[in-house]
Amino acid sequence: MLDDFLIRAALAGLGLALATGPLGSFVVWRRMAYFGDATAHASILGVALALASDLPVGLGTLAVALAMAVTVAGLAARGWALDTTLGVLAHSALAFGLVAVSFVPEARTDLSAYLFGDILAVSRADLGFIWGGAALVLALLYWRWNAMLTATLSEDLAAASGLNPDRERLVLVLALAVTVAVALKVVGALLIAAMLVIPAAAARGLVRSPEAMAALAALIGAAAVVGGLRLSLSLDTPAGPSIVTVAACIFVLAASLGQMRKQ
Amino acid sequence: MTQPLIEARGLCVRLGAQEVLHDVSLKVDPGEIVTILGPNGSGKSTLLRALLGILRPEHGGITRKPGLAVGYVPQKLHIDRTLPLTARRFLSLPHRHGKAETEAMLARVGVPEVADRPMTGLSGGQFQRVLLARALLTRPELLMLDEPTQGLDQPGEAAFYRLIDEVRRDTGAAVLMVSHDLHVVMSASDRVICLNGHVCCEGTPRVVSNAPEYRALFGLGTQGALALYQHVHDHDHTHGHDHEHSHGHDHGHGPSHAEHDHA
Repeated sequence: MLDDFLIRAALAGLGLALATGPLGSFVVWRRMAYFGDATAHASILGVALALASDLPVGLGTLAVALAMAVTVAGLAARGWALDTTLGVLAHSALAFGLVAVSFVPEARTDLSAYLFGDILAVSRADLGFIWGGAALVLALLYWRWNAMLTATLSEDLAAASGLNPDRERLVLVLALAVTVAVALKVVGALLIAAMLVIPAAAARGLVRSPEAMAALAALIGAAAVVGGLRLSLSLDTPAGPSIVTVAACIFVLAASLGQMRKQ
Repeated sequence: MTQPLIEARGLCVRLGAQEVLHDVSLKVDPGEIVTILGPNGSGKSTLLRALLGILRPEHGGITRKPGLAVGYVPQKLHIDRTLPLTARRFLSLPHRHGKAETEAMLARVGVPEVADRPMTGLSGGQFQRVLLARALLTRPELLMLDEPTQGLDQPGEAAFYRLIDEVRRDTGAAVLMVSHDLHVVMSASDRVICLNGHVCCEGTPRVVSNAPEYRALFGLGTQGALALYQHVHDHDHTHGHDHEHSHGHDHGHGPSHAEHDHA
């Protein structure tokens, strides 16, 4: 069954959606959509470094994404203006990454695969990497759920309850870095943030609890993956952007549904 | 001699370049209501946050009774609209409490109807009561309240302080609160600590209201207001801590200093 590239693509996308649903909810609650962008753009630099040093691409992107995540979290903890810092880091990392990639001949040819993803070329090994990463992210979130939720609500309340808000933020950015590394192959660096934010944003108007939002976001992400792959197959459109397109359509539907329920 | 619940010695706290608290020492004994009083920017909230362990003091030490359970009601809590959170779910952050327990506590603080309502849709008074309910669920020996009635109208404020007094009677919990409301302090505290970066004066409300440091801090004349506050204080005792009554009484005279001058 895993021999079919479409099955592998669908499984890869579903694994990603499982992780981005709950994680994306935190991204939305903490208003850090731009953080996903920054980490994802930095991962292009990781691709270049990995190819230049003959390391696996997954490892390179993971290392650079982690470094980026820890840097941004550290600067945020010291009170830097986050949107400016992210803007500087995100685009600098992307530019450095693109320049670095141009020095690596074998990467030049398939740069678009890293920018936009190449879900139809997912191998069995990729699948293991994606599901392993998704399982790790879900385990982290499950373990720290209440603590992270409290820290998201108010760092003071969390600290007064004996939690360490800095640690909870670090767990969150580590989970984000893992997700970005995993998602690079599926939707590409430019659209990872979309998979984090759009399903969670679509779920928001339809739920009454944080847990329901996380679950529904995962479900919407999964629907976008399946729908996007079908769209890609029948219209011969690029797979990654097709998935995000379907997610965006679901968002519009959910937003209108939420509005109707409110009235 | 009973051991104090919490004791701070020689506390210095720096926020950025500014030393907000200098050499502050205080203690709270079991069952007493202590109010920290001071003008804006005097470091009241900072002191509370240092005592809670949210801020790390530069110098000095804080000793807590071993295993001390603290309930904290923050000054204000902004909940992002993207975070769907019912009052019931909020009460279980970060420690889970059963349905019966949370409902009993909401009833105790007088808002049994809000359990399934979203936090962002509550009125100011309901919101503060839910915050208090959350603090009480930890079965605190010490309640720390940071201007808990900000944004409430006069009757709402009176009712809230009455509730806190009831809670103290029921549970025996000590209360350490921050206020800039002179009247509340005079009527509802066992002990007052006047703060302006350092402890200006300290003692029973009657002693403090006579202290020149206190009168200078709040720009009161050398005579006048004293008579009114002492009157209100006596009034309370004869009526057995009928706070609403004394509030009404004070409201008539108002906190306006012009009134005090000819009193």
